[in-house]
Amino acid sequence: MTEMNLVQAINGTLRSEMQANPDVIVLGEDVGKVGGVFRVTQGLIDEFGADRVIDTPLAEGGIIGTAIGMALYGMRPVPEIQFADFIFPAFDQIVSEAAKFRYRSGGEYTVPMTIRAPVGGGIRGGHYHSQSPEALFIHTAGLKVVCPSNPYDARGLLRSAIRDNDPVLFFEPKRVYRAVKMDVPEDDYAIPLGEAKVVTEGKDVTVIAWGAMLFEAMAAAQEASAQGVQAEVIDLRTLWPVDIDTITESVEKTGRVVIVHEAPKACGFGAELLSLITERSFLSLEAPPLRVTGWDTPFPYTLENEYLPLQHRITPAILDTARY
Amino acid sequence: MHTPEEPAPTNMPDALRAHGVFRVLGDEGRADSATDPKLPLQLVQDIYRAMVRTRVIDQQLERLQRQGRIGFHIGSVGEEACILASAAALRPTDWLLPCYREFGALLWRGFPLQTYVDNMFGNIDDPVQGRQMPDHYTGRKYRFGSVSSPIGTQMTQAVGMAWAAKKKGRDEVVGVFFGDGATSSADFHTAMNFAGVFETPTLFLCRNNRWAISLPSEQQTAAATFAEKGVAYGVHGVRVDGNDALATYRVVREAANRARAGGGPTLIELMTYRVGGHSTSDDPRAYRVQDEVERWRRIDPIKRLREHLVRQHAWDEARERKLVSDTEQELKRCIEASEGKKPPPIESMFEGVFDRQPWHLREQQAQCVSGPRAKARH
Ligand SMILES: Cc1ncc(C[n+]2csc(CCOP(=O)(O)OP(=O)(O)O)c2C)c(N)n1
Ligand SMILES: [Mg+2]
Repeated sequence: MTEMNLVQAINGTLRSEMQANPDVIVLGEDVGKVGGVFRVTQGLIDEFGADRVIDTPLAEGGIIGTAIGMALYGMRPVPEIQFADFIFPAFDQIVSEAAKFRYRSGGEYTVPMTIRAPVGGGIRGGHYHSQSPEALFIHTAGLKVVCPSNPYDARGLLRSAIRDNDPVLFFEPKRVYRAVKMDVPEDDYAIPLGEAKVVTEGKDVTVIAWGAMLFEAMAAAQEASAQGVQAEVIDLRTLWPVDIDTITESVEKTGRVVIVHEAPKACGFGAELLSLITERSFLSLEAPPLRVTGWDTPFPYTLENEYLPLQHRITPAILDTARY
Repeated sequence: MHTPEEPAPTNMPDALRAHGVFRVLGDEGRADSATDPKLPLQLVQDIYRAMVRTRVIDQQLERLQRQGRIGFHIGSVGEEACILASAAALRPTDWLLPCYREFGALLWRGFPLQTYVDNMFGNIDDPVQGRQMPDHYTGRKYRFGSVSSPIGTQMTQAVGMAWAAKKKGRDEVVGVFFGDGATSSADFHTAMNFAGVFETPTLFLCRNNRWAISLPSEQQTAAATFAEKGVAYGVHGVRVDGNDALATYRVVREAANRARAGGGPTLIELMTYRVGGHSTSDDPRAYRVQDEVERWRRIDPIKRLREHLVRQHAWDEARERKLVSDTEQELKRCIEASEGKKPPPIESMFEGVFDRQPWHLREQQAQCVSGPRAKARH
């Protein structure tokens, strides 16, 4: 066991996957000498050289397009997009190409690529260094989407993502990067994609969250328990394909749901989750499900903490649902 | 102006002496009478003052960020000549679209310093109500664009604006700033192609400051120069010493005149150097040697223009001291005023998404305003 933060956990996993498989390479803007603007790839270039830790020109379409090409050829590229907000120049390659290769070629061509990108607010980054675009990719058939909340999960999930035979978007909550430290085993454990985790058990309300907002949800659950409401908090970990069984089981126990995400409400992933829940567990519901999300505005700078679905907004939602 | 046989540029200032780089001022600020645009002394002094003012503001804002009083600053130390002389060479009716290092050009156009500082603080008097990060300013009244973080997007837009001006028969040109890194973006190539095909009056002002965060320009492109990228698109390409205000002025002026006369776009490679970190979030010691920085400092654009003015007895120590201290005082007053102002009201977060606020935003606005407040603003 070693105590590490999210940056160290991801760095270590990249290192061990690169040691284990020469086809695993890292490419992106500033990932080499400085090790990325968040230092997640720091030191990799010293161990693996500039051939496998590649500083690219400034073009996300180029990074992802060439990574797809390498994957088609048989490698396992792990491109980094400096901020998820800058993934859009590569949107065409991800949505039109990576997502569809397996299907359109009858399995002849596949794209075993893991795109890493920091997501979310909390660093005073304004519109373009704060967004959470997961729903756009979940909506696209053929992509897997992962968002760990802590170093232990990040390590196990990144390993599975890199070894997965389909394209995976691996979103890293940047406000957690250095904020959370925990003991993490050094062995090569993997956490299968598609498995959520019940992090707090409770019988009254199901709270679904992921990434940085998990900690807000947990804090809110604790606050609610002081008022006699026992919330069950689920960390989705893999957003797509989602672990529907864990959700269904919890909702059928509690009959009440609160979903938390940073992205705007309209067509956010919460909308899909609520549809799945009502389709499957309608008769178990005892209160209208609630969403606590970013507002339907661009991500603001000064009022960031009024925009984010932090504890102060989650606790009342839990209590309202419980007392409906 | 470029010849393809030239050796690849190095990261050192020697590149400015390469064949095909347009220069007026020598390293010591001596003007070459063959190339000197012979601008009125008053104008040169104005440009010089604006350059110094820009640097003083940069230095103070960096300090302010280190003190934790503003969240971020992205500066232009070392790039003042290419920014200010480009702005000065255009007419007030011409448009200027920024990258993010050009607050100096915005102030040149008359944008109030107080408003710029309010934007840095994102307070209630910020014209965009604290919606954007510091240094993401907007100035339509000054025919100045709106800063966006995503690299490259302003270039195609600059072509569109120039195209629209041309369609409407106005003799306006559109200058667009971007970095060496941005030449790798898809927007750069699309913009150059459209500008070439439709002969739009666009000036592509490429601040080649040698670095894109940690990536040196040699790793950005295999081409020997950025200017030659114009060739493939049928767009004029020029390389100019971007630490030379007089050379920059002349090249931009001539390109603007040509564009105005229907001669189409020009790609201007302004060869300069990013003396500071990429922004206050960056520590360049992790990826470049200090010796390189020191060598560029020796051909500092402010120093060269000052020497030029001193030679003509048009500048002296006393004026310099007064200019610096006046700017510091003015900025200090602005900062004190900005810091005391309230944050924008919570309602403002839900305004300006659309022309008219739809029901869902009205609903969310009411919910947020009457709901529980966050513990801390940041
Ligand atoms: C599409 C996009 N990708 C990545 C970034 C992150 N980023 C911000 S500035 C920058 C480097 C820009 O370099 P350059 O174009 O040379 O401009 P300079 O900062 O040197 O003025 C990068 C990679 C971004 N803002 N937008
Ligand atoms: Mg640059």
